[in-house]
Amino acid sequence: MLPLISRRTVLLATGAFVLAGSAGALTLSSQAGDRKLVLVILRGAMDGLAAVAPYGDAHYRAARGKLALAGPGETGGVLPLTEGFGLHPNLAFLHSAWTSGELAVVPACASPYRERSHFDAQDVLETGASAVFGASDGWLGRALNAMPPELKRDAVAISGALPLVLRGSASATSWAPSFAPSASDDTLNRLMDLYAGDAVLGPALASAIETSAIASGMGMDSETGKGRRAGPGAYKGLAEAASRLLSADGGPAAAVLSFDGWDTHANQGAENGQLALRLAGLDAALRALKDGLGKTWSTTVVAVVTEFGRTVSENGTGGTDHGTGSTAFLLGGAVAGGKFAGDWPGLAPKALFQGRDLTPATDIRSLFMSVLQDHWALDRAALGKRVFPDAGGVVAIPGLLRT
Amino acid sequence: MTGTLMASIAVNRFGLGARPGELGAASADPKAWLARQLKDKASFAVKSGTLPTTRAAALALGTYLEAVKDKRSDAGKLSPDAQEDAVLKPLKPLRDILMAEIEARTLRALTTETSFAERLVLFWSNHFTVSAGKAVTLPFAGVFERDVIRAGMTGTFADMLVASTQHPGMLLYLDQAQSIGPNSVAGKRRDRGLNENLAREILELQTLGAQGGYTQADVTEFAKALTGWSLAGARTKKLIPKAEPGDFVFIDRFHEPGARNVMGKRYAEKDEAQGEAILRDLAGHPSTAQRVALKLARHFISDEPPAAAVEALAKSYRSSGGHLPSVHETLISLEAAWQPEAQKFKSPNEFLLSALRLTGLPKIETKALVAAYGLLGQVPYQAPSPEGWPDDAASWAGPDAVIKRIEWSQAFADRLGSKLRPEDMARGALGAALSARTAQSISRAEGAAQGLTLALMSPEFQRR
Repeated sequence: MLPLISRRTVLLATGAFVLAGSAGALTLSSQAGDRKLVLVILRGAMDGLAAVAPYGDAHYRAARGKLALAGPGETGGVLPLTEGFGLHPNLAFLHSAWTSGELAVVPACASPYRERSHFDAQDVLETGASAVFGASDGWLGRALNAMPPELKRDAVAISGALPLVLRGSASATSWAPSFAPSASDDTLNRLMDLYAGDAVLGPALASAIETSAIASGMGMDSETGKGRRAGPGAYKGLAEAASRLLSADGGPAAAVLSFDGWDTHANQGAENGQLALRLAGLDAALRALKDGLGKTWSTTVVAVVTEFGRTVSENGTGGTDHGTGSTAFLLGGAVAGGKFAGDWPGLAPKALFQGRDLTPATDIRSLFMSVLQDHWALDRAALGKRVFPDAGGVVAIPGLLRT
Repeated sequence: MTGTLMASIAVNRFGLGARPGELGAASADPKAWLARQLKDKASFAVKSGTLPTTRAAALALGTYLEAVKDKRSDAGKLSPDAQEDAVLKPLKPLRDILMAEIEARTLRALTTETSFAERLVLFWSNHFTVSAGKAVTLPFAGVFERDVIRAGMTGTFADMLVASTQHPGMLLYLDQAQSIGPNSVAGKRRDRGLNENLAREILELQTLGAQGGYTQADVTEFAKALTGWSLAGARTKKLIPKAEPGDFVFIDRFHEPGARNVMGKRYAEKDEAQGEAILRDLAGHPSTAQRVALKLARHFISDEPPAAAVEALAKSYRSSGGHLPSVHETLISLEAAWQPEAQKFKSPNEFLLSALRLTGLPKIETKALVAAYGLLGQVPYQAPSPEGWPDDAASWAGPDAVIKRIEWSQAFADRLGSKLRPEDMARGALGAALSARTAQSISRAEGAAQGLTLALMSPEFQRR
C-alpha cells in the first residue's frame, strides 16, 4: 500500500528545518559577492505534479489517471523524497542532491498571477510585481542594483535577448552560445505535431531535424529514435555555458537560463514521453551545472521556477492544460536542503483552485526573497522597498540557505 | 461549398494571400471578385515612379559598358581594390536599379487589391523569364516585366511573345542581340555567326515545349529568321541613326537572307516580318496551347493537374486565339481549381508575400526584404535559368528549405513583438480554411510570437 500523506506531515517537515536554519542568518555579507545565483526559468508551464508526484495523496491516482507515476520501488516509480512525495524517475541527479541535503522543494507555489496566459504569467514571474505589467523591469535586475556597491553585482543571461527578470540592471548582460538552435526545439516539436499526416512537410521537417541534430552532435533522442530534437541537449549546453561563465575568475554573480518546451498539451506521458524527456534534459543540465561549477557549487543557489502549473487532470489529448500552482526547486551547495518548504494544499476536489488546478500555497516571491536575503545578504528594507515594493505581506521563507 | 471557403480560395489560391479584411471583400461573390480583375488594365499596371524606362536602363547599361571597356578581360589580374574600381563600382548603379525593382514589385504585391491579377503577372513574368543574373540584364529585368508582361495582360499570348522577343531584356538575356546570319553582310565579313539560344528557348520553354514536335533543323531555321533582331546602342548608331538606346532594331546586315522553313512551313517574308510570322504561328500551335494550359493548371490546381482541366484551358486558348483574359476566365470556371483542400505548396516568394500580407504591413525595409528572399531561396528577377522558377512542391519543400522558413517565421514573429493576436491573424488570412487543429495549436502557443510562427508554418498556410 502507498503511504498516505497529509498536509500535516509536510508542515512538520517544513517546520523542522525552519527551526534548524533560523539561527545565524545575516552574518556573511563579506562573502556575499562570491555567492552565485542561477535562476532557471522553465518556460511554457512545467507540470509540477509530474516533477514531484504526491503519490501518497489519497486523491493522486484518481485525479491524475494515466499521468500518475508508480510509487517508489515499483517499475518506473518515483524516487522517494519526504514521505508521500517522490521525484520523477528521470530526475536522478536532483534525487542525489536531495539525499545529500542540497535540494529543497516548494510543492505548491505560484506568482500572484491567477489567469492562464503564458505571456502575462511570465511577465509577473519576472517583474516580481503583483499584477501583469506592474513593473517594466525585473526583480533580479532591481536586486542587483540594491546590492552594496563593493560586492559583485553583475549577471548574465544565457540567451539572445536580455530576459525581463534582469532588465533594469545596468550590469546585466546576455550571451548566447553559438550552438543555440535558432528555431527553438519546442517550436519544432509543435510543428512536428502539426505536420503529423502531412506527406510533404512531415518528412521534410523530420529529416531536417535529424540532420541538424547529427551535425551539431546534440539532442538526438535515442529513446524515441524518431530523430526529434527534444530539449535535453539544448538545456545541457546552456547550463554548461552558464557554469563556465560563473566559475571564471571575476565571473558574474548571477546567471539566468531559460528552458523552453514545457507546454505539454498533448501526449505528455508519465514515466516516459514528452515531459519525461524534458525532465531528463533538465536533470542533465543541472548535473552539468554542478560539474561545471566545481568548487563554486558550494556557494551556489539554483532556483528552478516556472510561470504556472498545469491542470491536475489529463485533458482530451493525453496532456494537461494551463493551471495555477506548480513546483519550484532550490538546489545547490549553499542550500539547506533535504526538505520541503511551504504548505501542501492537497488534491481533494474541493481543495483545487477553481476545481481544476493545484492551489498555490506559497507566493513564489517568498522563495526569491529567501535567496536575496539569506544568500546575498540584501537587507530587508531594501528588499521590501526596492526589489518587491508591492509584495505586501509576503516574507522570505526562513532557513532555506546554509548560512 | 460555403461562400467563406470560396472566398478563402479566391484570395489565397488565386490571389497572393489575404490582407486584413480582404476575405470579407471577396466573400459576396468570390468568382466575380476574381473576374473583375482580369479585364481592367489598371489591375495589372504599376506606378513606375523613379524606376527606369527601357531607354534609361539602356543608357545605364551603356555607361557601365563604357566604364568597363577593356577592363573586364583582365580584371582577374588586378588587386582587389583595383578590381573594385574597375568593375564593381561601375556595376553599382545597375545593382541599385535591380534593388529598386525588387522593392517596387514587393510593395505592389503587398498592397494591391487585385492580387489575382498580380499573381498572373508573376506567372507570366516567370514564363518569359529574364533573369538579372548577367550584368547586361540587371537594369532590364524589372522594366521588361512592366513593358511586356503587365502591358500585355489584356491582350493575346502572341502579342506578348512578340513583345518579349523584341525587348532588350530578352534579346540580351538569351544572346540574340549579337546573333548574325552566316550569309548576311556582316556574317560574311566577320568571324561571328548564329546564336541559337533565344530561338531554342522560345521553342522549348515559351511555346511548343520540349515534346512539342520540333527538330534541331527547326531551331536553326528559326534562329536564322531571328538574325538582325537587336537593340539600339553605341554600336548601332551609325547603322540606324534614328533609333534611341534600348529601342528594338532590325539590323539588316545581320539578317540571314532567304526564306526559312520552320515546323513544315515556308516563311518567305522579308526582314523582321519573317521572325514575327514564325512567332505568331508558334503562338497559335496546339502544342503551345497545351503547354500554356498545363502550366496554368499546375500553378492553380496541383502539381499533377487533372487532364480534363488542362484540356479545358487548352480549348479556351485555342478558341480565343490565345486571348489571355479569356483563358484566365476559364481558369476561374474550373471546378478543379476550387477543390477545398489546398494542393499547392507555396514557393518562397508566395510564402513571403502571403506572410507579409497577413500582417497588413504596408512595407518592409529593403535590406531585410532582400535578406528574406535570399534566405528563403527565391530572389525576384534572379531565376536560375530561362526555364524560370520551378512550380512544384518537390522543388521547394526540401528539409533545409522548411527549416529556413521556420527560422524566418520565428525571427519575423519575434520582431513583430508580443502584442500580436496570432489566432485572429490566422483566421483573418485563412478564414474557413483554418483547421481546428492549427487553431488549437496556435492558441496553445507559449507566446504570441510562437503562435504566429505556428500559424505561418501551418500546413494550410504553407499551401494555397
